[in-house]
Amino acid sequence: MSTSNTRQEVIVSSHGDGGLLTHELLQRIFFPAFSNQWLDQAGDAAVLTLDNQRLAMTTDSFVVSPLFFPGGDIGKLAVCGTVNDLIVSGAQPLWLSAAFILPEGMPRRMLEAVVQSMADTARGLRLPIITGDTKVADNGGPENLFISTTGIGLVHTGADLHPGNIEPSDVVIVSGTIGDHGAAILSARLGLAPQDSPTSDCAPLNFVFTKLQPLFPEIKVMRDPTRGGIATTLIELASSGKVDLVLEESSIPIKPKVKAVADLLGVDPYYLASEGKALLVVKQEAADAVLRLLREHPQGEESAVIGVAEPGKGNVYLRTSLGGTRQLRMLAGTPLPRIC
Amino acid sequence: MDRIDDGLLKALLRKVDSLGQRAQEQKRRKVKIMEVCGTHTVSFARSGITSLVGSYLDLRSGPGCPVCVTHQQDLDRMFALAKLKDTLIVTFGDMLRVPGTFTTLETEKARGAKVHICYSPLEAVDLAAQNPSYNVILLSIGFETTAPTIAATLLQAAEAGLSNFYLYPALKMVPPALLALLQDGGCDLDGLILPGHVSTVLGSEAFHFVGRFGIPAVVAGFEPLELLMGLYVLLRMINEERAAVENAYSHVVRAKGNLSAQRLINLCFEEEPVTHWRGLGPIPSSGYRLAERYAAFDVRTRYELHTPPVEARPRCRCGDIITGKISPFECPLFNKGCTPSDPAGPCMVSSEGACSAYYQYMLR
Repeated sequence: MSTSNTRQEVIVSSHGDGGLLTHELLQRIFFPAFSNQWLDQAGDAAVLTLDNQRLAMTTDSFVVSPLFFPGGDIGKLAVCGTVNDLIVSGAQPLWLSAAFILPEGMPRRMLEAVVQSMADTARGLRLPIITGDTKVADNGGPENLFISTTGIGLVHTGADLHPGNIEPSDVVIVSGTIGDHGAAILSARLGLAPQDSPTSDCAPLNFVFTKLQPLFPEIKVMRDPTRGGIATTLIELASSGKVDLVLEESSIPIKPKVKAVADLLGVDPYYLASEGKALLVVKQEAADAVLRLLREHPQGEESAVIGVAEPGKGNVYLRTSLGGTRQLRMLAGTPLPRIC
Repeated sequence: MDRIDDGLLKALLRKVDSLGQRAQEQKRRKVKIMEVCGTHTVSFARSGITSLVGSYLDLRSGPGCPVCVTHQQDLDRMFALAKLKDTLIVTFGDMLRVPGTFTTLETEKARGAKVHICYSPLEAVDLAAQNPSYNVILLSIGFETTAPTIAATLLQAAEAGLSNFYLYPALKMVPPALLALLQDGGCDLDGLILPGHVSTVLGSEAFHFVGRFGIPAVVAGFEPLELLMGLYVLLRMINEERAAVENAYSHVVRAKGNLSAQRLINLCFEEEPVTHWRGLGPIPSSGYRLAERYAAFDVRTRYELHTPPVEARPRCRCGDIITGKISPFECPLFNKGCTPSDPAGPCMVSSEGACSAYYQYMLR
C-alpha cells in the first residue's frame, strides 16, 4: 500500500500475534533476508535430508502471562510446543535444547518450578534436553521469563506432509476440543473463579505419532493450531491455493466453559490457541480409520471431522448451524476484549 | 448449539423470511432496519443472519459502538496523555489500535508508554495503589452499560483515598444520540433494533420516545435465536403498519431497567450540556461528566491538554456508516485505503465496529 493510515515504524504487540501483521513481518523482513530451500518450505519444522534420512528441526520461543496457569506453565508449554511442531511434521522427537532469558528479580523458587516442570514433561517423553543457555536481562518485571526451545526429530519414512497435497474431497479432522489453552489464559488474566475457568490443554501430541504412523501415507498434512487458533492455521493451509476448506460449525468440538469465556469476552473461539491438539487433512477414505485410532487415546477421545476441502481459491469458510456461510479471515491484532 | 435449538432457529427463520418478503413486496424495495448497537451488527454478521436475510432486509448500523463515536480530539488527548512520563493508561483492549490523528496507543506502548489493557476497570484502582509515582488514568469510553462499572471503580478509588487515580471521562448516552438521528430524519428507516445491553440498564421505557417518529422498534438480545425473535417482532409490526416499542428481550430487560446501576451512575456523574460525537457532531445532554464532588478525579483538571484542532480524515465515511446513511461496502476506503491491518477509522478497528464486522464476516 502506497500510503498508510497508521504506519508502524516500531514493532508493536500485534506483530507477535500470528495474524496479518506477523505475516507481513515474515514476508517483508525474514523470508527475503534468509531465503533458502529449507526455510522456504515454511512448515512447522524444516525437513533436512542427511544420508538418506530425513531430519526435522524446529525452534520456538515462549512468553506467557501468567507463567503458571490452570493445566500447565511456561516450562511444560516450552517442551510441548516444540515437540508438537515435530510430531505434526511427521517426526519422532529425538533431542531438545533450551535457552532462557531470565528477568532480573525473578524469584529463584519460581525458576526452579518452571525448570522442574520442563524436566518432568521431557522425561515423560523420554526426550533428553541436551544443551542450553542462560542469560539475565532487565526485562521489565519478574514475570517476564523468555524460553526458547529447539527440537530435532527423525521424520517417519511414510510421511509426506505438505499443504500442497490437499485435494478436493479431503477431510479436516481435529484431535479434540478447540481453544482450551487460549480460553484458560484469558480467564486467568480476567481473574475468573477456578470453577468457571477452562483448563489449558497443554500436552504433548506423541500419541498422534504413535497411533497414526501406519496411516501416514493417507495423511496430507498436519498442524497444531496454537497461536491464532484453528482459523489462522487452516487459512495458512488453504492459502496454498487450489482448495477452499469448508467447516461445519456444529461439528467443531468446543467445551462449554471455553464457549462461555469466548462469549463473555466477545472473542471468536476459532482464533483461540490450543496447545495439545492436532489438525489433520486426510484422504476421505482414510477418515474413519484416522478417527478410530485417535479416539483410542484419552487425549484424542473427542476427535471429530470438522470440514472438507472443496475446489476453490484458498479460502476458509464456516457454515453456521442456521445455514449461513461466512469466511474466516486472518486477524489484524489479537482479539482483545471489551466488556460491557 | 444443540439440535433442539437448531430446529427452532430454522422454523423462526422461515417465519422471518415470509414476513420480510411480504414487507419487501409491499414497499417494492428492501426493508431498511437499523441495529443501533454495534454488538448487534457483529452478532448478525457472525451468525450469518445478515447474509441470510440480505435479499429482503437492508441492515444498517447505528451509533452504538462506543469507540467509533469517540471524538477524534478526545482520542488525540488520550494518546497525548499516554506519552507523558508520569502516566499509566488503563484501557479496554479495543482502544489499542484505534487511529488518532498522529499515533495509536499500540505505537505509544511500543515506544515505552505505560499502557495496561484491562479486563475490568477495577484493575485501575489496584494499579494506582501499586504505582504511587504514576498518575493512573482510566480511559472511560462507553455507554450506559459501561458507566456503572466505571462509577463503581471511581467510588473504590475515592474510598481508598487515592490521589493518583484519574478518569478521562468520555461516557455517552445512547437515547439522546438516537433522538438526534431521528430528528435529523436523514435515513428513512422502516424499523429499529434497540440496544439490548443499554436497555438492560435503562429499561425499555427509555426508548418510548421512538414511537413519536412513527418507526416500529424492538429491544432484542444477541444470540441467534434472540436476533431472529427481534426481527420477527419488528417485521410483524412493519407489516401491520404499527409503530410501537416492543420488548423481545423481556427475559433480561425490564421496563424500568436496573435501578441499582442507575443509582451508581447518578451518584458519580451528571449530564454534560453538550457532548461532541464522532460522526454525529454536538448533541445536547448526551454525555456524562463527573459529579461535582468527584470532579477532581477528572484528568483534565490535572493536566492542561492542548492538541491541535482536528479534521476528519478525507474520504473516511465512518460518520455516514454509524448514522445508517450508507453500508460499509459503500465507503470508498473500505478494503482499499482502510483494512483491519491499516485502519483509517475506528469502525474498522473496534470489535463492535460496523466496518470491522463487515470485513471479518461479510466480505466475499
